[in-house]
Amino acid sequence: MQGFASEFNSALGLILTGDSELWAIVLLSLKVSVFAVLISALIGMPVGAALAVARFPGRRMLIVLMNALMGFPPVVVGLLVYLMLSRSGPLGVLELLYTPTAMIIAQVVLVTPIVAALTRQVIEMLAEEYSEQLRSLGVSRLASVPVLLWDARLALVTALLAGFGRAIAEVGAVIIVGGNINHVTRVMTTTIALETSKGNLALALALGAILIGIAVAVNAMVSTVSLRAEREGLRHA
Amino acid sequence: MIRDFLRAALVSLGLMAPAWAEAPFIVVQSTTSTQNSGLLDYILPGFEAETGIDVRVVAVGTGQAIRNAVNGDGDVLLVHSKPAEEQFVADGWGVERFDVMYNDFVLVGPKSDPAKVKDGDDIVAALTAVAEAEAPFASRGDDSGTHKAEMRHWAATNLDPTGASGAWYRETGSGMGATLNVASGMNAYVLTDRATWQSFGNRGELEIMVEGDPRLFNQYGVILVNPEKHPSVRAAAGQRFIDWLTGPDGQAAIASYKLDGEQLFFPNADGS
Repeated sequence: MQGFASEFNSALGLILTGDSELWAIVLLSLKVSVFAVLISALIGMPVGAALAVARFPGRRMLIVLMNALMGFPPVVVGLLVYLMLSRSGPLGVLELLYTPTAMIIAQVVLVTPIVAALTRQVIEMLAEEYSEQLRSLGVSRLASVPVLLWDARLALVTALLAGFGRAIAEVGAVIIVGGNINHVTRVMTTTIALETSKGNLALALALGAILIGIAVAVNAMVSTVSLRAEREGLRHA
Repeated sequence: MIRDFLRAALVSLGLMAPAWAEAPFIVVQSTTSTQNSGLLDYILPGFEAETGIDVRVVAVGTGQAIRNAVNGDGDVLLVHSKPAEEQFVADGWGVERFDVMYNDFVLVGPKSDPAKVKDGDDIVAALTAVAEAEAPFASRGDDSGTHKAEMRHWAATNLDPTGASGAWYRETGSGMGATLNVASGMNAYVLTDRATWQSFGNRGELEIMVEGDPRLFNQYGVILVNPEKHPSVRAAAGQRFIDWLTGPDGQAAIASYKLDGEQLFFPNADGS
C-alpha cells in the first residue's frame, strides 16, 4: 500500500499544479450540472409548490410517484435519453447526442424530481403556517404559490443543493448520452470511470478527492450566501 | 425551424459552438481497447492536424459500438470482431470493411496458477484445465469483441462455462479494464487483449499465462456507416479518416505507438 500512497500523492500533485486539460474537465462538469440544476429549479419548484397547495384527485399518487422518481437509476435515465436523442429516435434530427446539452437533459430528468419533491415538502409546511393569513386576505391556493416560494427561498436552497449533489456525482447517465468524448463531453465522473478501468486507481481516487472538494466548496459558498441573506432578512424585519 | 431556434438558444447559452465556428468532426464508435491502451490519443492528433477534422471517439464494447452505429449514432466503426463486422456490412449498415491492424489476446492469471497452465501456447487446453480445476475465471460477459473471442475458444473446448456462472465462472458484464480489476481482486484467470493488459495499472498478482496461440489473433477492422441508411453520416470526412487510417501515414502511426518499449498494435491494411 506504500506504493499506492506515493502514487496517490503524485497524482494529487499533478492535479494541484493546474493541469489545463484537467481543469477544462472540472469546468465542464460544473457548467453541465449548474445548468441542469437551474433548469430543474424552473420546472421542479412550481410543480412542487403547486402539488403542495392544490387539491385534486390523484394528488397523493402523484406525490408518491414523484418521491419514487428521486431514486430513478441514472443508467435508465441515460438509456431513455439516448433512445430519444439517437439518430433513430424521435429527436435525432436535433443532433444533440454526444454533446454537453444531452448531458444536461439527462441530469434535468434526474434532478427535477428531487427539487420538486423537496419543494413540495417545504411549501406544504409553510402553506399550513400561512393558511389563516392567506385566507383572510382572500388569496386563492394557487395564487399563493409565488408568495410561498419566495418566503421559502432559503429552505429551497437546500433542495437545489441536493439536486446539484446528485447531478455532479452521477456517471451512469452522462456516460451513455455524452459518450465520454475527450475534450467534448468528458466530465469528472466519466474520467474517474475511465481511469478506474485503466487500472489507474490512484489517479481515479485523486480525481474523486477533487470532486468532493468541489462539492464542499459549492455547499460552503451557498450556505454562506444564504446565511447572510437570512441575517439581512432579520435586520429588515 | 425548431432546430434552428434550439440551436440559437443553445449557442446563446454558450453550450454549443455556433455552426460557423465549429470545426468539422466525425464520431467514431470504437472499443475500449483502442482508447484505454492510449493508441487513439497517440495517432489521432496526426490526422486532425493534417485534415482539420476533429475525431470524437465513443469507446464502448464492440457489441454496443455496432448497435450504436446501426442506430446512426456514429460515422465510422472501428472494432475487433470480424464475424460481427461482416454481418454489419452484409445487413447494409456499413459500406465496406477494411483491415486496419492486429494484435493478440493473452490469457492472464494469478501467479499461484491453480490450473497449472503457465507458459502454455494452447488456449483451448488452458481453458479446459481452468474448467477442470474450477479455478476462478472472469469473463467480460458483455457481447464485446473480446467476449465473442472468449466464447469461440470455449466452444472449441466443448465445455459450457456458463453452467458454472456465479460459481467459478464470473461474468462481469463490464469493460476490459473493469473486468481486469475484478480478476485482479479475486485472482481469477481472464482473457484480455494484449494492448489493454500492457497499459493496465492494477495487475496485482496477475501475469501472462498463455500467449502465442495462432487462434488468439485479434484483428481490428474499420467500416464507414452507410449514408444510404443514415443520411446524417458525415460520409466524406469519415471516408477520409478511413483512407488515412489504412494508408501509409495512419499505418506508420499505428506501428510507431509503443508502451514501455513494446509495440501494441501491428498495422496490416491491404493498401500499405
